[in-house]
Amino acid sequence: MRKRFDGGTQALDGVTLQVMAGEFFSLLGPSGCGKTTLLRILAGFENPDEGVVRINGQDMRSVPPYRRPLNLVFQNYALFPHMNVYDNIAFGLRMKRLPASEIGSRISWVLDLVDIAGLEKRRPDELSGGQKQRVALARALVNEPDVLLLDEPLGALDYKLRKQLQVELMNLQEELGLTFIYVTHDQEEALVMSDRLAVMRHGKIEQLDFPEAVYERPTTRFVAQFLGASNLIPAAALDESRTTTPLGDLAVKEALAPGRRYTLSIRPEKLRLHRTRPPRANVVPVRVDDIIYTGAENQYLLDAGPLELIAYTLNADIQEPGFEEFDYDENVFAELPPENLVAIDG
Amino acid sequence: MGSRGDWKKLLPTALPGAAWLVAFMLLPSLFVFYASFLQRGANGWISGPLTLSNYLRFLGLDGESFDPLYLKILWRSLLLGGVTTAVVVLLGYPFAFFIALSKRKNLLLLLVVLPFWTNFLIRVYAWIVIFQRRGVLNAFLASVGFNPLHLYPSWTAVYVATVYTYLPFLILPLYASVEKIDWTLLEAAYDLGAGRLRGFFHAILPQTIAGLVSGVMLVFIPAVGTFVISDLLGAGKTVLIGNVIQQQFGSSRDWAFGSAAAFVLMAVVLLGLWIYARWAGEKGLEDLL
Repeated sequence: MRKRFDGGTQALDGVTLQVMAGEFFSLLGPSGCGKTTLLRILAGFENPDEGVVRINGQDMRSVPPYRRPLNLVFQNYALFPHMNVYDNIAFGLRMKRLPASEIGSRISWVLDLVDIAGLEKRRPDELSGGQKQRVALARALVNEPDVLLLDEPLGALDYKLRKQLQVELMNLQEELGLTFIYVTHDQEEALVMSDRLAVMRHGKIEQLDFPEAVYERPTTRFVAQFLGASNLIPAAALDESRTTTPLGDLAVKEALAPGRRYTLSIRPEKLRLHRTRPPRANVVPVRVDDIIYTGAENQYLLDAGPLELIAYTLNADIQEPGFEEFDYDENVFAELPPENLVAIDG
Repeated sequence: MGSRGDWKKLLPTALPGAAWLVAFMLLPSLFVFYASFLQRGANGWISGPLTLSNYLRFLGLDGESFDPLYLKILWRSLLLGGVTTAVVVLLGYPFAFFIALSKRKNLLLLLVVLPFWTNFLIRVYAWIVIFQRRGVLNAFLASVGFNPLHLYPSWTAVYVATVYTYLPFLILPLYASVEKIDWTLLEAAYDLGAGRLRGFFHAILPQTIAGLVSGVMLVFIPAVGTFVISDLLGAGKTVLIGNVIQQQFGSSRDWAFGSAAAFVLMAVVLLGLWIYARWAGEKGLEDLL
């Protein structure tokens, strides 16, 4: 699928993806990556310059937004300010001209489902952010769509509420067996909630896979850096499993093409720090440059000569290898286990 | 505005405005109200005793038989106000959207405001130049082979000029509302199954009601009371309630009756606004008022 906007920005550049029925699928990427454009195309608010949207095998090209079997939860909720909660939720059902009795029973079902019973008479400006979010969700769910599109629905909420609603959304999706397509720029949210996710950049999909795969085996430098933190080490393959890098020769557990250039990626929590040099491969002497205390973990900024490395250790107060605490300017050994080094092309 | 402290804090900012309203609005109104119960005295001044005769005269109940002369004039004025308002809404509503969605909105707004740079009387006289027997309009019609129209003086000319005069008073407040429209509400309505028409009525129209209401009031109230336009373009043959009032304070020198006529007009307009306010209150639109 391709989409170009007036002014020449290529919003979507050759995106193809298939979402399974009942799947929680996330589109993840920084702002401007095209994820919202893709969602708006699915909803029917934009037309692709090239490409087809199919829902249940049905071509949606000539289907206007108001006849598509999906509903959208808007980023800023887009609740009708002149209607109370009940009328907001009833809107879609009234547009379908359902009898009042059925509207009533469906609404009481959905009010319980999203836990906002008792707020029916309130106007949107009398609701908290979390309540608005629930009303927006109810307004979409009450129509029993095949697909629910969610455009950064938790973006405006504070951290605690976001965490709570993440869990509720996942439970809801499982309970109803609905297909969710969820747009977010929050990588943690995407990892926590999705069955599968697509990482997007510049209108293209960088990687599409299960959360574990995307995190553990990023296929591009962008994905490695956008999802969590990564140590990126430029490398050239010496043979099928050995590379030469500015930190010395490093072994990997992957089949490399000899002579080819790679970027080795290792997550900070997989890098192990030792006071004494362990008798294993891939050990680099480093000096502790800075220590960042974040509560659950200690983050070490390490001077490895030509490169800086980051390592996270769990703040568990255990004096065992892997949990030790180190001091500023201490000379230590960083171990980069071969099985945790991911070789990215280029 | 609950406690005394709030009131004291408000006083310095509210006082000048309040004083202005008392001196130039409340006191003159009370004076006019009082005068409406007096009679014409010597030298065209007003004098006692108190009487209801001015109101009876206005209602046509002072003579031997019922004479609805002034009620008819009042009705004519309300009709002019109502029709003008309706036409202005039909023209101005789409135009406000046209401006708000245009890339040249500053230029268009300037064009809307531009007539105010010229004196109101001159603009009304300009319509005479257009409508008179050998005027601009007839010259144009003759050049394309049509017969001349006799539009000056006429009710048609009065209506055209009234619409022309008050159109900006609707467009400007409405434009302010249209500018602030949250268009994602329209998308939300589409998403929930509303077609174009229902999307407009449920998602767009409610967002413009505030501007529409202030515009309608700014048009209707002065249009009902206009007298300059009917004086000039009707050449004295189109009498409106505004003309009646103006004559009593001018050539007829019957301030008492003029005051009564002014108060009837005010009462009718206020009654209309009161009914409107109740309707709006029932619809839960009280924040518009």
